[in-house]
Amino acid sequence: MSAQTWFERHAQTLVGSLGRLVQTPLATAMTMAVIAVALVLPLLLTVLLMNLRAATDHWNQAIDISVYMKKTAPPGRSQTVAQALRARADVSAVQFIGADQALAQFRSVSGFGTALDALNDNPLPDTLVVTPTLAASTPAAMQALQKDIAAMADVQTVQVDTQWVTRLQSMMDVLRRVLWLLGALLGLGVMLVIGNTIRLDILNRRAEIEVMKLVGASDGFARRPFLYSGVWYGLGGGLLALILCAVGIGLLTRPVERLAGLYGSQFHLEGVGFTRGAAVLAFAVVLGWVGSWLAATRHIRGIAPT
Amino acid sequence: MIRFEQVHKRYANGREALSGVSFTIGEGEMTFLTGHSGAGKSSILKLIALIERPTRGQVFVGNANTAAIKPRGIPEFRRQLGVVFQDHKLLHDRPIGENVALPLIIAGVPRREIDKRVRAALDQVGLLSKEKSLPLELSTGEQQRVGIARAVVARPRLLIADEPTGNLDPDLALEIMQLFKRFNDVGVTVVIATHDVHLLDRFGVRRIVLGEGRVTLPAGADPGALS
Repeated sequence: MSAQTWFERHAQTLVGSLGRLVQTPLATAMTMAVIAVALVLPLLLTVLLMNLRAATDHWNQAIDISVYMKKTAPPGRSQTVAQALRARADVSAVQFIGADQALAQFRSVSGFGTALDALNDNPLPDTLVVTPTLAASTPAAMQALQKDIAAMADVQTVQVDTQWVTRLQSMMDVLRRVLWLLGALLGLGVMLVIGNTIRLDILNRRAEIEVMKLVGASDGFARRPFLYSGVWYGLGGGLLALILCAVGIGLLTRPVERLAGLYGSQFHLEGVGFTRGAAVLAFAVVLGWVGSWLAATRHIRGIAPT
Repeated sequence: MIRFEQVHKRYANGREALSGVSFTIGEGEMTFLTGHSGAGKSSILKLIALIERPTRGQVFVGNANTAAIKPRGIPEFRRQLGVVFQDHKLLHDRPIGENVALPLIIAGVPRREIDKRVRAALDQVGLLSKEKSLPLELSTGEQQRVGIARAVVARPRLLIADEPTGNLDPDLALEIMQLFKRFNDVGVTVVIATHDVHLLDRFGVRRIVLGEGRVTLPAGADPGALS
């Protein structure tokens, strides 16, 4: 068989199977809707997670590390430490607040002016406010940085509140795991739905398959239109899922942005995007193909002419 | 072309359809398989088309022992065979032309070639004008001719038919038989199972008579002996 004939045959079957689906619009739409609903749930969760990650990446930047020097440190020591920290690749900025400056600040904001005057000497140490780079803003990198600084000479305490970030990140990890599980389960569901639809289709066309086998069709030949039906189901269901998702995000965008605005944030809700959308379609098509392949292979083998 | 050697066929329900059948049909021969219903005619055709396998004995088709053909090889084997069924077995949701084209599509013949050969086959059975009609728009006799066109479109060396005139009145039956004769005249080996005695008498071809799963009139014996 020539390549052109092969291509013609496949193109014909592809269009033919679509034509057959269009002939029963209601049944086809129902099957596609079931697939779409199964796909839209993990898809919406993915979008939620994606947006959550974008938002928290932004928050990570706001985390600084406060370094308090020992009171016993020799003069100028704090500046040296600041220089050393500025030289590090994972540090983007270091702000030096001298003990006197700190006291002045404290005096002006605390209202303890007279009480502070009663003290003989300045109780505050020199302070360095270290801002890590964006890349080093992960909880693990922050902890490593904190350890390094604490090990430096004349450093009294290093304070960083990464706990809530760690918790948030762990929560997101759990959510991601849940998403994979849900995606796998619902993907399996989609496959079963398509497989079952194809199975019924094969039973309805049993006589036709028998005739084809009688005139020399291989199982592969008899199976081909059903594989293409499965692909169409997957593609249709995937498209419908993307549309549902876009509608859902459209409905949420305004309230979410208003909510973010109340917290003084410019947060913008991201949609599925082109790449992700294409991946969802490809995934749906693969599920359709595999589902129909499993059903068609099994049931067509069982049909023998009598 | 076809050789049966001590073939037994027992079905799953315990019925013994063939009990030790042996005969040989030569290349280019036209043969009638006759006998009462249940005598084993259909079983023989099913064994030739590999729809069934013998319980014992051996079936040779085109010099090949069919026992050596694995399930995977059956489609390929059937493509070298033309089969006509009593109930036509047409696909009712597609036009005559596509029904006839089916064996060629399966064999992977290029589209242009298919169109040409489908028309040639329909022309041979006198249905060229019905190419676009659906099977149910045709009379039974016409449907049977479509079945024959589909059986010969891939130019098989062997044509088998199971009661091809079973549902037809005598005139139509005669017409169908003459059609088979024409294919035989150009060298196709034809095996027809029929119990239509009137028809048999009009054709001076060899017959193999079956009764209770055995050959009662030995192959090659005088066909006139029955009447």
